[in-house]
Amino acid sequence: MATAVPGAAAAPRPLLSLSDVSVTFGGVQALKGVSFEVMPGEVHCLAGENGSGKSTLIKVITGVYRPDGVARITFDGVVYDHMTPVAAQAAGIRVIWQDLALFPEMTVAENIAFQEVVGARPRLVDHRAMRETARRVLARLGTSLDLDLPLRDYSIARRQIVAIARALVGEAKIIFMDEPTASLTQAETRHLLDIVRTLSREGIAVVFVSHRLAEVIEVSDRITVLRDGRLVGVYPAKEMTPSRITELMTGRTFDTNVRARSRAGAPAVLTVEGLTRRGEFENVSLEVRRGETLGITGLLGAGRTELALTLFGMRRPHAGTIRLDGEPVRFASNRDAIRAGIAYLSEDRLALGLIQPQSIADNLVVASLDRIIRGGLISRRRKEELVSRWISELGIRIGRPEDAVSTLSGGNQQRVAIAKWLATDPRLLILDAPTVGVDVGARAGIFDIVARLAEEGLAIILISDELPEVYYNADRVLHLARGRIVGEYDPRSITLPELEAAVYA
Amino acid sequence: MLRKLQTQATEMVLLAVIAAICLVLSLASDRFFTLVNLFDLLNASAVNIIFAVGLLVVLIAGGIDISFAVAASVVQYLTALALARIGGGGWASGLLIAGSIGILLGAFNAFLIHRFRIISIVVTIATFNIYFGLLMFFTRGVSIYDLPDWWTEKVILFERQMADGSWAELRLPVLVMALCVVATWALIRHTTTGRQLYAFGDNPEGARRFGISVAAMQFIAFGWLGLMAGIGGLVQAHYAQEVVPNALYGRELDVLAAVVLGGARLGGGRGSVLGCVLGVLLVAIVQNGLNLLGASPYAFRMIIGVIILVAITLSNAQVGKLLAPRREGRAAP
Repeated sequence: MATAVPGAAAAPRPLLSLSDVSVTFGGVQALKGVSFEVMPGEVHCLAGENGSGKSTLIKVITGVYRPDGVARITFDGVVYDHMTPVAAQAAGIRVIWQDLALFPEMTVAENIAFQEVVGARPRLVDHRAMRETARRVLARLGTSLDLDLPLRDYSIARRQIVAIARALVGEAKIIFMDEPTASLTQAETRHLLDIVRTLSREGIAVVFVSHRLAEVIEVSDRITVLRDGRLVGVYPAKEMTPSRITELMTGRTFDTNVRARSRAGAPAVLTVEGLTRRGEFENVSLEVRRGETLGITGLLGAGRTELALTLFGMRRPHAGTIRLDGEPVRFASNRDAIRAGIAYLSEDRLALGLIQPQSIADNLVVASLDRIIRGGLISRRRKEELVSRWISELGIRIGRPEDAVSTLSGGNQQRVAIAKWLATDPRLLILDAPTVGVDVGARAGIFDIVARLAEEGLAIILISDELPEVYYNADRVLHLARGRIVGEYDPRSITLPELEAAVYA
Repeated sequence: MLRKLQTQATEMVLLAVIAAICLVLSLASDRFFTLVNLFDLLNASAVNIIFAVGLLVVLIAGGIDISFAVAASVVQYLTALALARIGGGGWASGLLIAGSIGILLGAFNAFLIHRFRIISIVVTIATFNIYFGLLMFFTRGVSIYDLPDWWTEKVILFERQMADGSWAELRLPVLVMALCVVATWALIRHTTTGRQLYAFGDNPEGARRFGISVAAMQFIAFGWLGLMAGIGGLVQAHYAQEVVPNALYGRELDVLAAVVLGGARLGGGRGSVLGCVLGVLLVAIVQNGLNLLGASPYAFRMIIGVIILVAITLSNAQVGKLLAPRREGRAAP
């Protein structure tokens, strides 16, 4: 008995079931004989790496893709030979895509009740009815927002709630959420998980896709794992651990041992004393030694990124000193910081870290152009040398160096971003949320690289709000809260739950 | 009321600026704040407002159009030729012909944009040149003066003699303008098609996921602007009492500037009819005031440039933020 549906006494009938579904795109099999089943009111997690077939499966269920041959989808007692988007919508199947597909310029009310704009006959808009619909749905979620404000005035977390509210308009029976917590803070994530539980209590099934395995286990009843387009299995969430799911998703085992070791004898690369930017962080003192990985964690808004940007010369401190290898430094801009040997991998890789439409090669050399210039022009030979060196060094899987960065997976994009900075030959590498949007398997690869770089003597600051990341990969962990360092922990002398208790207290 | 101020910051700023300018001009010139001048202003602005509400729809849908003003000239010529062929016609047949040709020219833009996936600014710069080149080639730059009588005869909606003996007249273009404004307002505010245009301009992929037809949106937006360009062309010829091939050349940028001044966003999803009308009126009032004060016409261009920069900066960045601080913080439990 694998189900964990509350009150499922006499053989419960699945809300959604499909079996032996295959999908082929131009000769490539995206799904191979996959079966999938969701019970009414169940919270079901769909786990798998990028390219494992999760989105393809969702698109089959919502009628966007048509599977090979005859694949019947049974939903709510009705058998569909060919699901279509319109039929799926009418039957109560809703999807919240990762990009939310909202309209930032429109009001909250219109965003929520937009379905009424699409379907209305006669083709007139009833603004009052839309506001009423929106108000009712938000009340169901135990939330209220100003319905008349444009959505652009709201934060990502609130927009997520608007997207969920939109999915509830009409009679929703199942809601697919694609990476709903990817850009939320811990507190916002908890609120979202509460909403998921509320929906589940009301009998609405939720299919959850997330990279954050801890929250998956916390909120789900069952977990379906996909790998390379095949079904690995369906498991009760209670019996799973993050490392077990990772193994199932990747087919490999990862050692999640604490990597921390002491670097007390090594010389300090970065020494910061009393660093202050009013309103952002105050009196921050820290030290990073050669070959050391310093973890900095804290909630969003604690001043993590602001501190990193100040170390990187993009913001000027109001007080305090920064010393590199013992020499005091003062940066007028990040160009000075790069010259001094500081590299900063920004938290928003998509928008800031990489120039998506440009080639892998161009992205890789953009921070170190002065190294490949000969006679004022870019030397093609030196550029190719640099590019091929780093691609092999970091094991980046690419087609050709001329392909656009946007063609790469999240993990490989992050490797390109790291390679870009390593090519500048830095003394100190600051990694700000380096695994956002990166697969579990690829994450391990990135931290392997980080460990190797540290071994080679690079000083590293690892910033993340995902505690396991800093716990397993840093030598020391600093806890930043409201702009101050409130704690320092050694992963070798504390357990992860203890660290979590300390940070979330 | 405060809510109104927040959501319509651009319109409120424009109203305040217009009020301030009117106040200054009334003090500076005794001819500004008169019924005669007000009616002149409305008569003269009517065509630009008709163009502007058409262009607004295209901007809302995320496009831009450079070609509509010369398209209106093409409409004038073809309508004059067609009316001569059918022996004169009247307002009804004139509007029908001009509107239809306008829609066709607009639909041609939409066709190129949709079929060949070219961005609208490139397509309409191309059609701007094609339309204008063809027009000058076939007309050899010759104007038409012998238009049907109904077309050129002054139609006065309302008149009143002032104390100094001059006549204040409200003329037909103002009525046509009012109808176009109301029709556009109803379209974008109260029909589902209009809201779909906003959605499409705001987030095309999001709109597509709702099953909104991209082709329909392009044809409706550019078709509506074509219709307005056709009607505007007909009214402009009526107002000028002649058809001059290059009379509207260059008008596209004036109208575009006024619409953007009115709060429409290049890139789509934002813009209102009220803001659009106020934008055109603000430009017209400044021009009118400077004329009355005897300023150089070059000064006008410069001042309009500065007004656009100041107004856009104020309404988009500062005032909106001041009135509506960003809502962050914890979600309510």
